[in-house]
Amino acid sequence: MSQHLLIFPIILPLVAGLLLLWQRQGAVLVKRVVGISATTLLVIVGIAMVITADDDTIRYYALGNWQPPFGIILVLDRLSAIMVLTTALLALASVIYASAGQDEEGSNFHGLFQLQLMGINGAFMTGDLFNLFVFFEVLLIASYALLMHGGGKGRTQAGVHYVVLNVAGSSLFLFGLGVLYGTLGSLNMADMAVRVQYLDATQAGLTLAGALLLLTVFMLKAAMLPMYFWLPRAYAAAPAAVAALFTVMTKVGIYAILRVFTLIFGEKANHLANISLPWLWWGGLATLVLAGIGVLSARDLRTQVCYMILISVGTLLIALGMHHESSIAALLYYTIHTTLITGGLFLLADVIDDQRGKAGARIVKSRPVLQPTRLGLLYFIGMISVIGLPPLSGAIGKALILLSAEASERAWLWPTLLISSLCGIVAAARAGSTVFWHTSAGEPSGTPMGKLRSIGVYSLIGSSIVLTVFAGPLTAYTQAAAEQLLSPERYIQSILIRDTEGDAL
Amino acid sequence: MTLLLIVLLPLLGTLVPLIGIRAGRTYCAWLTALLPAVALGITLYLAPLVFSGNVPQFFLPWIPQLDLHLALRLDGLSLLFVLLILGIGLLIILYARYYLSEQDSMGRFYAYLMLFMTSMLGIVTSNNLLLLWFFWELTSLSSFLLIGFWSHQSDARKGARMALTVTGAGGLSLLAGFLLLGQIVGTMDLSVVLQSGDQVRSSPYYLYALVLILLGAFTKSAQFPFQFWLPKAMAAPTPVSAYLHSATMVKAGVFLLARMFPVLAGTDLWFYFVALTGLVTLLYGAYFALLKQDLKGVLAFSTISHLGLITMLFGLNSPMAAVAGVFHIINHATFKASLFMAAGIVDHECGTRDIRKLNGLWRYMPYTTALATIAAASMAGVPLLNGFLSKEMFLSESLDAHMLGGLSWLIPALATLGSVLSAAYSLRFIHDVFFNGEPKNLPKKPHEPPRYMRLPIEILILLCIVVGLFPSSTVSGLLNAAVTAVVPAGYEPEIDLAIWHGFNLPLLMSAIALGGGILVYALRHYIYNFHRQFRSQDPNVIFEASTQAIVRVAQQAIDRFENGSLQRYMFWLLLTALGFSAYGLIESPRLSGNLPAQSIDWAVAVGAGMLCLSGLATVFFHRRRLISLIMLSVVGMLVSLAFARFSAPDLALTQLAVEVVTMILLMLALFFLPQKTPKESSGRRIMRDVLLAGAFGGVVASLNYAVLTRPLQSISSFFLENSVPGGGGHNVVNVILVDFRGFDTLGEITVLGIAGLAIFKLLNRLKLFMPSSDMEGRPWSPERFPAILASMAQSLLPLALLVSVFIFLRGHNLPGGGFIAGLVAAATLILLYMARGVEWAQQRLDFQFQPIAVAGVLIATLTGLGSWVFGYPFLTSAFGHFHIPLIGDVELATALLFDLGVYLTVVGATLMILANLGKVTTPHRPSKEKR
Repeated sequence: MSQHLLIFPIILPLVAGLLLLWQRQGAVLVKRVVGISATTLLVIVGIAMVITADDDTIRYYALGNWQPPFGIILVLDRLSAIMVLTTALLALASVIYASAGQDEEGSNFHGLFQLQLMGINGAFMTGDLFNLFVFFEVLLIASYALLMHGGGKGRTQAGVHYVVLNVAGSSLFLFGLGVLYGTLGSLNMADMAVRVQYLDATQAGLTLAGALLLLTVFMLKAAMLPMYFWLPRAYAAAPAAVAALFTVMTKVGIYAILRVFTLIFGEKANHLANISLPWLWWGGLATLVLAGIGVLSARDLRTQVCYMILISVGTLLIALGMHHESSIAALLYYTIHTTLITGGLFLLADVIDDQRGKAGARIVKSRPVLQPTRLGLLYFIGMISVIGLPPLSGAIGKALILLSAEASERAWLWPTLLISSLCGIVAAARAGSTVFWHTSAGEPSGTPMGKLRSIGVYSLIGSSIVLTVFAGPLTAYTQAAAEQLLSPERYIQSILIRDTEGDAL
Repeated sequence: MTLLLIVLLPLLGTLVPLIGIRAGRTYCAWLTALLPAVALGITLYLAPLVFSGNVPQFFLPWIPQLDLHLALRLDGLSLLFVLLILGIGLLIILYARYYLSEQDSMGRFYAYLMLFMTSMLGIVTSNNLLLLWFFWELTSLSSFLLIGFWSHQSDARKGARMALTVTGAGGLSLLAGFLLLGQIVGTMDLSVVLQSGDQVRSSPYYLYALVLILLGAFTKSAQFPFQFWLPKAMAAPTPVSAYLHSATMVKAGVFLLARMFPVLAGTDLWFYFVALTGLVTLLYGAYFALLKQDLKGVLAFSTISHLGLITMLFGLNSPMAAVAGVFHIINHATFKASLFMAAGIVDHECGTRDIRKLNGLWRYMPYTTALATIAAASMAGVPLLNGFLSKEMFLSESLDAHMLGGLSWLIPALATLGSVLSAAYSLRFIHDVFFNGEPKNLPKKPHEPPRYMRLPIEILILLCIVVGLFPSSTVSGLLNAAVTAVVPAGYEPEIDLAIWHGFNLPLLMSAIALGGGILVYALRHYIYNFHRQFRSQDPNVIFEASTQAIVRVAQQAIDRFENGSLQRYMFWLLLTALGFSAYGLIESPRLSGNLPAQSIDWAVAVGAGMLCLSGLATVFFHRRRLISLIMLSVVGMLVSLAFARFSAPDLALTQLAVEVVTMILLMLALFFLPQKTPKESSGRRIMRDVLLAGAFGGVVASLNYAVLTRPLQSISSFFLENSVPGGGGHNVVNVILVDFRGFDTLGEITVLGIAGLAIFKLLNRLKLFMPSSDMEGRPWSPERFPAILASMAQSLLPLALLVSVFIFLRGHNLPGGGFIAGLVAAATLILLYMARGVEWAQQRLDFQFQPIAVAGVLIATLTGLGSWVFGYPFLTSAFGHFHIPLIGDVELATALLFDLGVYLTVVGATLMILANLGKVTTPHRPSKEKR
């Protein structure tokens, strides 16, 4: 079975999802058990992949046994392994949280959840650009369905914006793909990377257009300014367990940029070398500024988390734009951190909402929450972590990114990033002291967190502590992943080895 | 390892009170004190080692990528601070036991306090710049919790927020400074950094690093203009104030100055920034301390003033001044902690801290009065007490500062002025509170506090006196050890801690200070009257107002930017895409490639013209939905004709089938839209949109043209060559779909299946308005299901299904395949639905569509998994020729099974969408279903 390891992250949730969807009705308990077990297995698969990828070999899996560059392949390197494991961990916590009752607010939750995972994992694993598009579609439609879970006006409205913008993005993806296939004549990423090196100068402009169209789509997915608009409302409206899983979706955009614009349009891309960098750098800075303002403006804990996500998006884009090995290593560490923590914060906001009666998650004076100490502590730790204050993983991630800047980049990066952190501090101090301290008389309402929800919230927010303690080995791993990414020839050789034996291009 | 325990034990101690509180309050206090006491013991055990010039270190690797390690050191400076933090901390624990009331959660209080203690210990023992920063920010965070401890008070909340914001901001600046410093030196290792003073000072980044680090130190130490948070932090319980503002929090700032002294000091910039800031703060704090009516307010401003004094000493760039600075840190910690605790006793026993009400307390609490008087005398710099010694060193050092050239005389003059004010507010603190008549309207009748509440003060006062009387035999060892860590090796000054230096200028200045202080106090009412003309502003109010203003501005900006208009969001997306693709085209030398254009016959020309026109018409008639929809279907039809014309029969068939299904579904969807279209956009808007759409269309057309006129060197020849030998099919398109790129198809049918489920979820609980008439008010026909259509649809059904099976089966070799066949079957069933109505059809087609769609994807997946059995990767196909009796030779391929999955999914998902949309019109609205 181990030779099929690479397809497990896709097949496992697919089969589990289909089984779960067989009957719309059906025993809830069974669905929960299947959903949680499948996700647990996914975590194990993720761990296996991370360990497998650590021997520095890049493996591929040729679907239908059609060898690259002709067939579709899945590729396992350190980057895809990290992303799959992060997704699996986040998903496990989310699905456990959802099993406390949120899954029952609408139909087909667990099945759709698994298919969403299939889409996300597929995007991380694939080595084929059109296949990436397909998985973008899978995760988009599944996320739309999940966003609608439970229904309601707010979700429907946010959902329309979400789906329309993203479907438009899909069309642009196809435009870009069409142009690139027209000039490069291949869809296999490794093959495209080779072909772009020998690209005729007269084709360069057209290929650039195609590449930048792809970049637009990935920026939209990553929620960069000015294409982030779909994010705040949709994420704030989504059911907590879904919103938590969604935190990895912006990272799919980041991942796609990282993959495509290091492998195909990276250093060695001749006329098109590193074309994305200035856009990412300035776009990231602009996003960071906007997100800083956004965090201050948030009237609701969920919205606040949304802008915290945007802060992380800006930070990640900047790191992408810097493109040093150290900054890529830093951004990978930061990605794991921000995905898990913001996911945990969405869950926490939901628990708080549940215990505050009419005030919900709004940042207003209201009756106290039922479990002030527990929730207060979780909020405190979560905020420290997400803002990037010591001693937790956010600080490590941000310090790594700050440190990776070169002298000329510091002048822009440092003040922007640090001031956005300050905005975070101000906003979190206001929100936290209002929600937990500025309470009116009145009996707390709602239900205590319960076992399943506690597992979800504690594990995600607590992950920050794990990420901190094991920051040494983790950063070593991300450093190795960054090295791998910045030597695309290794990727190409692993996949197109036959081409070195004379198969002319 | 022992060194680690000094930090680790108090950290563990954070948990002790949370558990210990179950044993009762007194036990809780004792248990809490246990671990820091052990840590203190360890420190004392290590002290001789430090005195003998060693620096015990601890190193545990942590994050090599960041050069951040658990590296600790205990040099003289660290030792001094560790002793202060632990020693005074223990006294505070004792004091707090009696100070906290029954309502206060003692476990939580001690837990916060221990966390704070840990972070302070971490700051002073760190041997790594980033580790130091970690602990630095941790003090800001834990002090936030401590200051906000009485969270029901608005002042506490605001004070906590303000302290966190100011010190947190400083901390971020410090991070930048440290990162810069680390990059200058090439390591975050403090031992190395401390040796690299010359390298740092000559670096071009010195100025930036200096300013950033100083911002961190100044915010923490409440130096002007960041002093405002400190008085407001007095909303904390008094033990917290006593701890934070004597030995810890604010001392972290001056500790940093001392720590960085060997690295950053010695330049003119250092003097200007540090000494002058310190001087201004000294005077500012002293002046306001004189004016405050709140007992803790007086102490708060006096703390600011003394911190200014210490800062100024470090700024003077002389080793001796640094010694004086370190010495004053000790002295200030002792007398200020005792003064705060005394103030806390007064507050606790009298119920107020208002100086105007508190008078003549010596009658009620003579013992406390005596203790407070000694502490205040030390603060004022009265001889024979420790405060006098360091203050005189300060005055003497101020005389040696010549950096201001001809104006250098100002420094000692202003230093003396500061001392005068200091003496005056000390006198006021004692005279106004403990003497000067009788108390007025006190909420409680004052009396002496419990015995053990006074004990911490007594210990500290004892220290003040002993150090004051016998400085050389008590503190000189510690001071010497500390100074070796601050002053560069070889520059250690001869420390002479004598009380009596003979008649000299500093002594005169001291005398002036004391005499002047009495005079100023006597004339204080003139100052009050003078100051009354200034409106006093509460920093809390200003801070809150400005934060709220910032939040408001942010909200307005965001609300205006994210105005909820999808059109705007789309505009930005398209504009970006347009800009990018146009940029690519501009970079192209020319649009067309080498391929000659195909000749255009009249059919193509007419078709293209109609395509354009119907596209335009779709937009033009967008307010008349039906026409617009028909125009859209014309577009689709022409596209499928185009496919057929340019030899893509599969695509043509697919497009045709998709077109039919889409149109019907769209009509159903449009039925539910509100009857009235919203008002037309403004002219400007339309202009904008037309321009954008036109430009985008132009760019996309150009891209198309450019691609199509260039020769394609692609991998497609492989598919043509291998379709029959490798895939067993003559229809390459179908072989690509089900074999070469079957994985894509698997993904796409999954999408289709999910889409069906998504529609169901979307409609669930959606309350839709069901129109009973059309736009002009004509009611819908009562005869909803025309008989001819119904009978036709019914008779057509078996035939159409047969066609779909036919198309499906031939797909692998001739145009057709599962996707098209599925759509044909779906279209037929849709026709039946339309002709007979949902209810009728639902009753007769009594099966769920969800399992059909799911089964489709599952079949496709299982087909793929089947290849595992034969040791091949997922989706590997197999085919062969079989002889079946009666039918003859038949080629069977696993791809057919896969295609069956596609077929079922298409049928299931399409009908799921249709049935659910249709069901909305029936009594079986999904909104009525539970799940």
